[in-house]
Amino acid sequence: MIRVKDLNISLPGFKLSEINLSIGENEFFILMGPTGAGKTVLLEAIAGLVPVKSGTIFIGERNITALPPEKRGISIVYQDYALFPHLTVLENITYGLHFHRIDKAQAEKRLNRLLEVVNLSHLKERLPVNLSGGEKQRVSLARALMVEPKVLLLDEPLSALDPNFREEVRNALKRLHQSSNTTFLMVTHDFVEVLSLAGRAAVMNKGRIEQTGQVKEIFEKPASPFVADFVGMKNLFKASFRGIYAMVSGLKIETGRAVDPSSQYLAVRPEDIVISRNKFSSSMRNNYSGIIIQIDNQGFYYEIDVRIKDVSFKGLITKGALIELGLEEGIPVYVSFKASAVHVF
Amino acid sequence: MRREPFFWITISCGLVIMAFILLPLIEMMTAPSLSMLKETIKDKDVVRSIWLSIYTAGLAALISFVLGTPLAYLLARRNFMGKRLVEGIIDLPIVIPHPVVGIAILSVAGRNHWIGQLLSELGIRVMGSVTGIVIVLTFVGMPFYLNAAKNGFESISPRLEKVSRSLGASMFSTFFRITFPLAWRSMLIGIIMCCARAISEFGAVVIVAYHPMIAPVLIYERFEAYGLKYSQPVAVWLVSLCLALFLTLRILTLGKTREV
Repeated sequence: MIRVKDLNISLPGFKLSEINLSIGENEFFILMGPTGAGKTVLLEAIAGLVPVKSGTIFIGERNITALPPEKRGISIVYQDYALFPHLTVLENITYGLHFHRIDKAQAEKRLNRLLEVVNLSHLKERLPVNLSGGEKQRVSLARALMVEPKVLLLDEPLSALDPNFREEVRNALKRLHQSSNTTFLMVTHDFVEVLSLAGRAAVMNKGRIEQTGQVKEIFEKPASPFVADFVGMKNLFKASFRGIYAMVSGLKIETGRAVDPSSQYLAVRPEDIVISRNKFSSSMRNNYSGIIIQIDNQGFYYEIDVRIKDVSFKGLITKGALIELGLEEGIPVYVSFKASAVHVF
Repeated sequence: MRREPFFWITISCGLVIMAFILLPLIEMMTAPSLSMLKETIKDKDVVRSIWLSIYTAGLAALISFVLGTPLAYLLARRNFMGKRLVEGIIDLPIVIPHPVVGIAILSVAGRNHWIGQLLSELGIRVMGSVTGIVIVLTFVGMPFYLNAAKNGFESISPRLEKVSRSLGASMFSTFFRITFPLAWRSMLIGIIMCCARAISEFGAVVIVAYHPMIAPVLIYERFEAYGLKYSQPVAVWLVSLCLALFLTLRILTLGKTREV
């Protein structure tokens, strides 16, 4: 559906280089990456709002690289909603119809269906200033979809919302995606959104795409140290490999499979690490004893930093487990993880 | 609660400034008797000069609006090399001494310059004409309109325009449906500022066109020839009419719009 080929963009102080991306029809594709990676610029380039230096963008079979934004059939939703403040909810949603010839009855039908899906029927006559964040974003979604775009671009649509509104809009997004033929391309750095919405995803860094693939694949098999760090592989170490074993600063770690000896890094997700007071007897191949050097409160979870020889492992546990195990800084504990939890690259 | 000394300092400075601005104005406004005011407004020269002042200033604002709006938009939306320079040039008319403005315009529009020769061949007279007055007033008023309109455009998120484009609107439609409805207040304030500046101009106009006489020149002439007492009534009429005009303009336009 969307095909981006060798795209290069050069803005003052910012560059996108060699972007290649292919997104299928009616797919929900997510673009991840840290701030300043160029995600918004890539979205705006696809929408025709940023000049392209070289490369091509296709929608279906059509080369749209040189088309002005209004001719592309691509809608965009921003983090800050970008509602027209002088127009009511209804006028905002129907704004695009001024420029699209569609049958009145059909427009009416489409409008009612959208209002119902995003649950806004009772707010039609309000001005944006009198809406909550969640309501504003739902208006913005309905406005973008009212013109039945081939592609909907979403630039961190949920990040400005309070957590309780976030879920409400996320569900609306999911329903809208399922009930339309539109291809969704969304930027976010929230993994909950990635895991609950996306089929495939890409990770961007410094104006380049680092990895593209199924969401599961990106989280489980990061293709580069950057991606590993970004998707939450807190335990990332430089390692040397021999057979099924890896050596990390004198620590021998079993990987469970023969590893390409040219690999350089080893990673374990913190949630795959088991921390216990007594030696853990299980099928886990990697068991070490160490000392807790730091306990960090991260809201719902505690991050436990355990030092084993010269290596520091980070594990996540719940508050309940922390109390039950009686963990404190400075006490000795055991750290275990499965060989299959070890990622190598 | 006892107020801090700082509070009393801010209040007293404020009062001094209010008095400094208002005292002379109130004194001037109340000096002429009602009968004098009546007599003055029957004077054809006075009426003609005030009317000339108002409509030349209005024309200057109209020209600024038509020519200045696209430039203000450009400055608000784009970054380009030399933008600072352009902005500096726009502010020049504010800092140049007024008679110098008049002299500068005459040096282009005079007989010794090819533009002046071209204009005179076309039958356009600048020296001592309404055209000359409008040119001078536009010169001094334009920066006020440009800056106000630019600020207005800057306060509108470019994303609104981007969304509008993505929904199928051309740049023109976007401007008239989104940008203009959101910026017109600032533009109106710019027009009023430009008008106000133009009406108050004296130094530049008196060099380019002593006749036909705009109100400030007439006031000056009366002051020179007959003294304070005879110039005051004209000033009162000019100030009151302008205030009334601006007030009605603001009330008319700001009164019946939706609160955004």
